[in-house]
Amino acid sequence: MSATATAPDAVDAAPSLNARRLPLWWPLVGLLLAIVVDIIVKTTGVITGTLSLIILALTIFIVASTGWSMAVEGRRHAVDRTSTIVLWSAFLVAFVPLVSILATVVVRGWNAFSVAFLTSTMRNVLPTDTTGGVLAGIVGTIEQVGMAVIIAVPIAVLTAIYLVEYAPSFKSQRMPKIVSFFVDVMTGVPSIVAGLFVYTFFVLALGGQRSGFAGSLALTILMIPVVTRATEEMLRVVPNTLREGSLALGIPRWKTIVRIVLPTAAGGITTGVMLGIARVAGETAPLLLTTFLAQDVNWNLFSGPQASIPTFIWDQFGSYTTASVDRAWAGALTLILVVAIFYTAARVIAWLTAPRTR
Amino acid sequence: MSKQFDVSGLNVYYGNHLAVKDVALTVRPNQVTAFIGPSGCGKSTVLRTLNRMIEVIPGGRVEGKVELDGIDIYGSDVDPTAVRRSVGMVFQKPNPFPTMSIYDNVVAGLKLEGKRRSKSELDEVAERSLKRANLWDEVKDRLKKPGAGLSGGQQQRLVIARAIAVEPEVLLMDEPASALDPISTGAIENLIREIVEDFTIVIVTHNMQQAARVSDYTAFFNLAGQGQPGQLVEMDTTEKMFEAPDEKATEDYIAGRFG
Repeated sequence: MSATATAPDAVDAAPSLNARRLPLWWPLVGLLLAIVVDIIVKTTGVITGTLSLIILALTIFIVASTGWSMAVEGRRHAVDRTSTIVLWSAFLVAFVPLVSILATVVVRGWNAFSVAFLTSTMRNVLPTDTTGGVLAGIVGTIEQVGMAVIIAVPIAVLTAIYLVEYAPSFKSQRMPKIVSFFVDVMTGVPSIVAGLFVYTFFVLALGGQRSGFAGSLALTILMIPVVTRATEEMLRVVPNTLREGSLALGIPRWKTIVRIVLPTAAGGITTGVMLGIARVAGETAPLLLTTFLAQDVNWNLFSGPQASIPTFIWDQFGSYTTASVDRAWAGALTLILVVAIFYTAARVIAWLTAPRTR
Repeated sequence: MSKQFDVSGLNVYYGNHLAVKDVALTVRPNQVTAFIGPSGCGKSTVLRTLNRMIEVIPGGRVEGKVELDGIDIYGSDVDPTAVRRSVGMVFQKPNPFPTMSIYDNVVAGLKLEGKRRSKSELDEVAERSLKRANLWDEVKDRLKKPGAGLSGGQQQRLVIARAIAVEPEVLLMDEPASALDPISTGAIENLIREIVEDFTIVIVTHNMQQAARVSDYTAFFNLAGQGQPGQLVEMDTTEKMFEAPDEKATEDYIAGRFG
């Protein structure tokens, strides 16, 4: 029997497993508060700019939600809430403009977009006429981008194979390092510089003969580094155990690459090609220097100026009449659709050539 | 049909780093030889010198002689690809080709070898190899399904079928059962004892009991010291190695005093 000192209130209780959490509808509270504050601030004229109002609303939302969370759940969860809000906001900041662009192009381009628009050219069409179409541009873009893919993809894939499959076993890494460096440099070449380069060394060399092919060459310069880097990454992802298993069977290295490694990486390489197409399909400056403009369809890629959708958009917008501006927007919509068709074609080709396994 | 390896004065380098020093051993035909030893002592490295796979690793090179039935496989006139067709290899982690079906996996070595073969010939080889690997009954109805859809033990047997389909003389196995469950391990070990009548087999294993179960000859590798290259300490019949080895280090390792 002894007097045991007890101080129950001074001892910290162990954290409870089912501590209080905010209810599931917690964002609504902060949202409501933010809207109320915004309305007050706007009607009293303290702040009226849209951007300021949005920033104010977001700040109120974060402060209110975090404060509430801190009071109910404790510091760790409050920090988690803030991080969640910031992440979602960042996502919206990235996502909303994309949706907005698509929506704008569809809304503004719908006016002039029609079958007639897709199947007629600008021959003999005045800027104020509401006829006319982008057919010449469609033919040109498909031929120019298509030719760029045909030239750029083999070069890019072979370069990637050199860097990933062969270079690591070289005694001297000087050459691979130089190649890799220049691929990086090419990634940063401004598109107009590529166009100027092709204009100087190809167009002028041929006596000023402009052509869709010259445009393809400029696009090729822009496409090669993108597809090379993507292919490189995809080849590195193929596990080394596959290469070893194939080599240990007595299969020569080149066959291992062509029949085992490339098919395994095929899906990723296709994505790289799609990235390359996206990179070049909308380029205008290099095409203005190399293919110039054309009002009529030019089926011949190798001779004479050829229209393209980006130059069509540029040309139409420069005319400033309502009809022309409508046509420019419709051209933008057409470009998005043509790129989507290129993507689909790339996926179909990959699917058709992939070895059957399922 | 199967051949004998004679290794002498073998030093293996990764770049300038000496990984394995002065190995001399004989791998007898139609026998199972096991390489045992603690981790990092060079057993897999030496195994890879037997089919020139050491050269696939950047910087890997050898000094010394590795003779397959009297021919130095590192001779200047010898094609590594030809060596690997004679000396097959199975790895620790099963590696069926993911873009190919079971059937295509088994005949991959033949199809990609360069010689045109008829479909019936390939069918026959596929069936024979899968039967030899004790996998035929389990997959005969789904030969066109992807090879990656099998269990670990089945995948390893598929890879063994693929390796024996090209009819090598020697089969190297780098810890073939260490990624498998005990039942699959037992199946692989039984398979080894069955196919040794057609092949010379060298198996690297960190599991001593497996070496005792499966092998006719055992070679014990060890590091000379920390940071030192690996060495062959002793090699003899499995029976002698496990019951009355000459070297103390061997005895200590077998008794589990280290490693």
